[in-house]
Amino acid sequence: MSEHKTHITSYTTHFMVLLALLILTWATVSITNINLGPYSVTAALLIACLKATLVLLYFMHLKFDSKILKISFSAVMVVFALVILLTFFDYLFR
Amino acid sequence: MSETAAQLNFFQETQGRKGILAWILSTDHKRIGLMYMYTIMVFFIVGVLLGLGIKMELIAPGLTVMGPQAYNSFFTVHGVIMIFVIVIPGLPAIFGNFFLPIMIGAKDVAFPKLNLFSWYLFIIGIITVLISLFTFGGPPDTGWTFYAPYSFKTTTNMFPAVLGAFILGFSSILTGLNFITTIHRMRAPGMRWMKMPLFAWSIYGTGWIQLFATPIVGITLLMIIAERFLKIGFFDPALGGDPILYQHLFWIYSHPAVYIMILPAMGVISEIIPTFARKGIFGYNAVVISTMAIAIVGYFVWAHHMFTSGMSTTAQFVFSLLTFFVAIPSAIKVFNWVATLYKGSIRLEVPLIWALGFLFLFMIGGFTGLFLGAVATDVHVHNTTFVVAHFHYIIFGGMGSAFFAALHYWLPKMYGRMYNKYWATVGWATFFIGFNVLYFPMFILGYQGMPRRYYDYLDQFHGLNIVSTLGAFIMVAGIFVIILNLIRGARHGEQATMNPWEGRSLEWTVPSPPPLENFDEIPDLTKSSAHPA
Ligand SMILES: [Cu+2]
Repeated sequence: MSEHKTHITSYTTHFMVLLALLILTWATVSITNINLGPYSVTAALLIACLKATLVLLYFMHLKFDSKILKISFSAVMVVFALVILLTFFDYLFR
Repeated sequence: MSETAAQLNFFQETQGRKGILAWILSTDHKRIGLMYMYTIMVFFIVGVLLGLGIKMELIAPGLTVMGPQAYNSFFTVHGVIMIFVIVIPGLPAIFGNFFLPIMIGAKDVAFPKLNLFSWYLFIIGIITVLISLFTFGGPPDTGWTFYAPYSFKTTTNMFPAVLGAFILGFSSILTGLNFITTIHRMRAPGMRWMKMPLFAWSIYGTGWIQLFATPIVGITLLMIIAERFLKIGFFDPALGGDPILYQHLFWIYSHPAVYIMILPAMGVISEIIPTFARKGIFGYNAVVISTMAIAIVGYFVWAHHMFTSGMSTTAQFVFSLLTFFVAIPSAIKVFNWVATLYKGSIRLEVPLIWALGFLFLFMIGGFTGLFLGAVATDVHVHNTTFVVAHFHYIIFGGMGSAFFAALHYWLPKMYGRMYNKYWATVGWATFFIGFNVLYFPMFILGYQGMPRRYYDYLDQFHGLNIVSTLGAFIMVAGIFVIILNLIRGARHGEQATMNPWEGRSLEWTVPSPPPLENFDEIPDLTKSSAHPA
């Protein structure tokens, strides 16, 4: 079993991820000043997804995990995205 | 067939524990499977009797045996018990637990302690549901779907019922996770993916649905709590919420749940038909692919339950189309089963009779599903007894028949004893006649416009309702014959051989009942080339 080798991420990488997360948080707040109509939800969700991906990849070490975990996890995200998309066939066209 | 004298079977091997402790502390997958079975059978009888109560009330218009409030509680509790306690966990928890490890050549599931914990969660969930029946405002009266906004306004006990469903859901997630890991990591050498028995494949597909879909119930529950106690408007229009959002969330879980019910049932049928046709399954690859296709596409059709709820027309179109797609893999399976029977040397034993009954009832259920999947006809029959008849044909006629098929197929393996085949056949025939007399009139009644979920109806529907209630009594009589015969068989039946049906999967290579860790030595299949199914 090879999963037991630990991967150590450098401080620089962690700091850069933190910086990216802060910038994205700022973007979430400032984008509310622009009126995108029904797409404001889409924008907020997209930024949130980007942030979640960063956290998962670096802070939760998914980037260094085995392939099967990556595939399983991506599958969950794809299903989740499709579910939201399909729900919006209702909300956008009502 | 008598085992070698030295080897104890899993009933005799108590690991030094006494009485009930040998059961509730055991992490043996076979004992856990049986514990699920005993729990589920007890509640099945309760659910059946509640259903009989509903039919008694409907034997004549007006108040017959119960008033409107009692009637609403009867159909709600009948639905909650049947769906969340019986048909969703039923096949995976009982037969998945008992047979999945044996079928893939493993000694147990990947996480035996987690498996026992899932059973404890199951029991806690049931107790929570029971609490809702006997305390505070009385049993819930919302129907098993707990639709908003009524479910937030009713004074009856709806919160513990939803919490119970949530805990049961957690048990389901953990079971699914356990099975997926077991299949990935614990297959015997040479048990390649495309050599796995089809029942194992169906449990695998089911595991993924359990893992993906069930958390939605959890999120919905948290939203209900936030709305009730923090007054955040998700669903209640008075707080700025949207009741249709609740319906979306509810069905995003509950439609895939239908496939949690029916996929393992299809797996059981895919085991039984080749065994009794005495040839390999026709189109193994197609059955595997359609299993996974159902698991995936089945996730994206949920809003076909909401065509009349005020959803956008675009969504109606999209979900109707997707619903028709999911019919294709189901039809592929039916074709493969029939093609397997073609030119087989068929032996008409009790499990095959149940499987053929499954085919017949499942197809009626499936075809009437097309009426409901098309928007135009759905508007006419929505919320009538047509819908009730449709899903009872799928869930009870389909999954229920597969459940009894599995019991009759594997009981000799589980207990090492054979039931009485004559009474088993009589039980099936009584059940089958009763079932159709009970549910078929409801298609006609629904088409004529009789709404579901009312204790009263117009005089014009009286005749067919009498027929339907009569059918209910015949069917329940059949169920009692079947269950009593099985209990008698398990206790006093004649000794069963190791392989009474000449099955080809691994569970037929171990003694009946199997020993504690199933195999003396993990089987090596690297040399055999045939599909085990
Ligand atoms: Cu559905």
